[in-house]
Amino acid sequence: MKICVLVKEVPDAAVQKRIDPTTGRMDRSGEKNLNPYDTHAIEAAMQLKESGALPVEEIVAVTMGPESAVRALHKAVSLGADRSIHLSDAALAGSDVAATGYALAQTLKRESPDLVLLGQQSDDGECYTVGAVVADHLGMPSLTQVIKLEVEGAATLTAERQAEYGYDTVRIELPAVISVGDAINEPRYPSLKAIMGAKKKPLESLTTADAGIDPDKVGGDHSAAHWVSAKEPPQKAAGQIIEDEDTAQTVERIVAWLDERKLI
Amino acid sequence: MGNFLVYALDYQGAFNKNSLGAVSEGARLAAETGGECHAIVVGEGITDELAGSLGAYGATKVLRVDGPSGLAQPVVDAMAAAVAGGSYGTALFGGGLLGFEVGAGLAARLGAGVAMEVTAVRAEGGKIVAERPILGDSAISQIEFRSPVGIIIARLNAFEIRESGAGPATVEDLEVGFSDFSRRAQMVTRGEQRGADVDIEGADVLVAGGRGLGSAEGFALCEDLASAFGGSSAVAATRAVVDAGWFPYAGQIGQTGKTVAPKLYIAAGISGAIQHKVGMQASENIVAINKDSNAPIFEFSDLGVVGDLHKILPKLTEAVKAKKGG
Ligand SMILES: Cc1cc2nc3c(=O)[nH]c(=O)nc-3n(C[C@H](O)[C@H](O)[C@H](O)COP(=O)(O)OP(=O)(O)OC[C@H]3O[C@@H](n4cnc5c(N)ncnc54)[C@H](O)[C@@H]3O)c2cc1C
Ligand SMILES: Nc1ncnc2c1ncn2[C@@H]1O[C@H](COP(=O)(O)O)[C@@H](O)[C@H]1O
Repeated sequence: MKICVLVKEVPDAAVQKRIDPTTGRMDRSGEKNLNPYDTHAIEAAMQLKESGALPVEEIVAVTMGPESAVRALHKAVSLGADRSIHLSDAALAGSDVAATGYALAQTLKRESPDLVLLGQQSDDGECYTVGAVVADHLGMPSLTQVIKLEVEGAATLTAERQAEYGYDTVRIELPAVISVGDAINEPRYPSLKAIMGAKKKPLESLTTADAGIDPDKVGGDHSAAHWVSAKEPPQKAAGQIIEDEDTAQTVERIVAWLDERKLI
Repeated sequence: MGNFLVYALDYQGAFNKNSLGAVSEGARLAAETGGECHAIVVGEGITDELAGSLGAYGATKVLRVDGPSGLAQPVVDAMAAAVAGGSYGTALFGGGLLGFEVGAGLAARLGAGVAMEVTAVRAEGGKIVAERPILGDSAISQIEFRSPVGIIIARLNAFEIRESGAGPATVEDLEVGFSDFSRRAQMVTRGEQRGADVDIEGADVLVAGGRGLGSAEGFALCEDLASAFGGSSAVAATRAVVDAGWFPYAGQIGQTGKTVAPKLYIAAGISGAIQHKVGMQASENIVAINKDSNAPIFEFSDLGVVGDLHKILPKLTEAVKAKKGG
């Protein structure tokens, strides 16, 4: 069996994210990293493989992104992927969620995966939706925000997740697309050896033409959700901040604050 | 500009509040643009009465589809069929989880544009414009659609529920041929309530705990503080700790939990993710204790305390008790 894991390069958590006001796109100039949510998807793939619950022969990390995204693939490989695929083409820049999902689905079709895993959200785009778009294009059943994944039969999984009314348990037949929540596992740290070896694992670079992507369906100009402008949110009066240096004093100030507002 | 098609989620004989908000919003926009607002419901045995009740919120017609409930892909099939047979310009979803999955699947199916986490929608110059806060709500992007149908997925509690309708809506049954893959996921159990039944909705004071508590045992610190306040106070939690099994689901605040608005909300070890914020931002007074001065929760708290909750909470509990006693 083959598991494809979709991974994304995002601005590092320490970088103050901002939008370039002229293009409406994310300013991607700062330090970048593998989307932390995607490490849970890689770990889920590794656990399925290592436990022998599914006869997993290969884990393939797939990304769509600029040249620098290769580093996210190296990281994915150091966490356990056997090889990786990098979809990169100027024509893809500025793609919205629907176009991104279409492009990723076209790339995945060449691999015929038995299972596609994703993270619950990208740390920058925060759309929560790429998985559902990919699934519809691939014609596979799908579920997002999964926090427990068990193998039920040769080609059936049981997935749990929290939805509107509590926890749902869903039986899902492979091939399927599953986005995992961050509560599903504790991702491992890569070993030094794995980090060193990551660059030697096969990495395939694809253009839109290679992946059979219709260039008229991707990129900012062809995206159906069109960013027109950004505006400032209404200003809210900043709250008061207390830095805790002397806890007795801190607590005194909190109590005084509560007391002033008749909250005690 | 076309009509509005709103997905309405029902469970145990009632519609989801966010769906009612979305129907109300669809009706408002339809009235403004000279169109109609229709709702679509998918499930087994949905009665005429229940489906028709969406008329009160301004839906003139309800399309009823007999199919599996609680899963997104059958709803995508149903809405794609409805769009093929109607003249819709906008598909609208209330906040929640299913709406994200259905809206995204529908975008793929129709080749349509989709905007999520939307907090406001307006009609302007013959177009629909959706507002989506981004980057931790530090900016609001405005989005238009180039596709014949635009898909809008709202943020939780974004739309006000308004009973603007005249009476029951016309209920029309829609036959849908479900995709083969939509049938390859089946609900085994739905809406399981994990942990004890705690009541947080009526409380005046809520002490909410997050991953920063460190363990299930950490909740004792919240319980102690809540009982020091006495009266109508309770303990609540984030999804992270509910998923970890530290606290009952019934006490979860946020997108897939409860919406609360107590007089005082105290967050201990909570980062303030959007999905949590949407369930508690209407609280009258928000106090946050977090050791990370960059935690997003400080952006929307009235009093922010930067420090270790393990040091602060026990002393705060003592001080509140002393104040109460004195
Ligand atoms: C579709 C979807 C639905 C969701 N629904 C919900 C929902 O309904 N409710 C919800 O809450 N979340 C929901 N989430 C999850 C949400 O995105 C966050 O992951 C979650 O709210 C984080 O919980 P947390 O604040 O407890 O944990 P974290 O984000 O891990 O934050 C822990 C915080 O504790 C602080 N901390 C650590 N140690 C200490 C210490 N000793 N003293 C003081 N501070 C400390 C840290 O600085 C950190 O800020 C949802 C997510 C998605 C994608
Ligand atoms: N450009 C991309 N390349 C590969 N995977 C992606 C990309 N964008 C999003 N994903 C995957 O989709 C998940 C959800 O992202 P989003 O819908 O943007 O919040 C991420 O955790 C990734 O697994």
